[in-house]
Amino acid sequence: MAKITTGIGTSHVPSVGAVIDKNNEQDPYWKPLFDGYQPARDWIKENKPDVAIVVYNDHASSFGLNLIPTFTLGVADEFLPADEGYGRRQVPKAIGEPDLAWHLAESLITDEFDITIANEMDVDHGLTVPLSIMFDKPEEWPCKIIPLAVNVIQYPPPSGNRCYNLGKAIRRAVESYDKDLKVAIFGTGGMSHQLQGERAGLVNAEFDQKFLEDLVHDPVGVSKKPHVEYMREAGSEGVELVMWLIMRGAMSDKVKETYKFYHVPASNTGAGLIVLEDEQA
Amino acid sequence: MNRDYRDIPGTYVMDGEHCRKGYHLNMFCMSLNKAENREAFKADEAAYLDRFKLTSEQREAVLNRDWLGMLRLGGNIYYTFKLAAFDGRSMQYVGGSMSGVTEDEFRQMMINGGRPVEGNRSKEEQSNNG
Repeated sequence: MAKITTGIGTSHVPSVGAVIDKNNEQDPYWKPLFDGYQPARDWIKENKPDVAIVVYNDHASSFGLNLIPTFTLGVADEFLPADEGYGRRQVPKAIGEPDLAWHLAESLITDEFDITIANEMDVDHGLTVPLSIMFDKPEEWPCKIIPLAVNVIQYPPPSGNRCYNLGKAIRRAVESYDKDLKVAIFGTGGMSHQLQGERAGLVNAEFDQKFLEDLVHDPVGVSKKPHVEYMREAGSEGVELVMWLIMRGAMSDKVKETYKFYHVPASNTGAGLIVLEDEQA
Repeated sequence: MNRDYRDIPGTYVMDGEHCRKGYHLNMFCMSLNKAENREAFKADEAAYLDRFKLTSEQREAVLNRDWLGMLRLGGNIYYTFKLAAFDGRSMQYVGGSMSGVTEDEFRQMMINGGRPVEGNRSKEEQSNNG
C-alpha cells in the first residue's frame, strides 16, 4: 500500500530559484535563507520519498485567462520547466508517475473532487523552486513528481476548507493504491507577500509564524480562515497559503513537526519552510 | 457576492470584473512567454500591440511602462511582470514604481521587514493613520 510519509510546506519565490541557478547562495543577502534550508535538505536526503505530489500554482505560464481550472493534476510521463518569459529554467525535467497520477485522478473525481486532468503541461517556478529548495541541484530530481496546480490568481481561489478536504481525499486515494510507495506532499506558495499596487511589499511576520504553528496544531481552525483575511493580513498574494492546507489535509491529524524555519525577506516575501512527518507512516 | 476585499488599500483584486477589463492586456503580457513573440515585440512594440484588442489607455500604459496604470486598467501583476521581465526589470523595481519609491528604497524596506500591516489593513485604517 502507498503511504503519505512526509509533508513539506515552502515558499516558491522565483528569485530563490535564480539564486540557486547562479550559485549565489553564499551572497550575504541570501546566506541566512540557505542556511535555514540546509537542515531540511539534510533530512530529506536520509528520508527520500518515491514520489512527491507538488501542490503549487501556475503563474500565467501554462494557464492563462482563456481557461482557468481550479485544480489540475498532471498525469504525463514528464513535465518540462516552462518558459515564463525569460527562457526555461535549467533544471531537470520532472519525471511523472502516471500510474499513481491516474489512480489519483480517478479516485478524486469518484470522491467528488472534479479535478482537471493534464496530459501535457509545462511546470513553472511554483513547482521547480520547491524542488530546488529541498533537493538543491542534482542531475535528476531524486523522486517522481505529480504536479497539482491550483488556481490562486483569478479570484476566488478554492476556500481553505475545500483545500483541506481535497488533501483528505488525496490521502484516501494514496492509501488505496496497491503498490508500496512512500509519498511526500508539498504545499507551496506564500508566505505573506503583496507584489501589486501601492501596498506592494507588505509582509506580516506575526501572521506567518502563527500560520506555521496553527497549521500543525489546529489545521481545522486554519481551514476556516476566509480569503479576505489572507489578503488583508498577509497581502493579496499571501492567499497562496491555502495551498498549504491541501498538504496538511493529506497528513495524519496529528503530525510530527520535524523542522520549521522562517525568514524575512526573500525578495518581496516572508519565506517559510516546514517539514512534517506522518504519524501513521 | 461579498466584495469585502474592496476596502483593502492599494490592492487590485483579480475578480471577474477585473478579469473582463484586463483580459486582452493580460493575454498580451502572457504572449511574451514565447521567444518569437518577444522578438516581434522588441522589433516594433506598437505594431506588435496591434495584434491585441487593447483600449487606447491600455496601449499607452504598456508603451509608457506605467506599472500602476496597467493594474488600474485590468492588469494583473503576474501578467504585467512578464513585460517587466522582458525589460530586464526586477519585481522590486516594479514594486517601487507602483508604490512611489526607487528600487533601492523598496529593497531597503524589504530588508527592514517589509511594509507593515499596521495602518494598511483597510482604507479606513490607512486614512486614520494618514
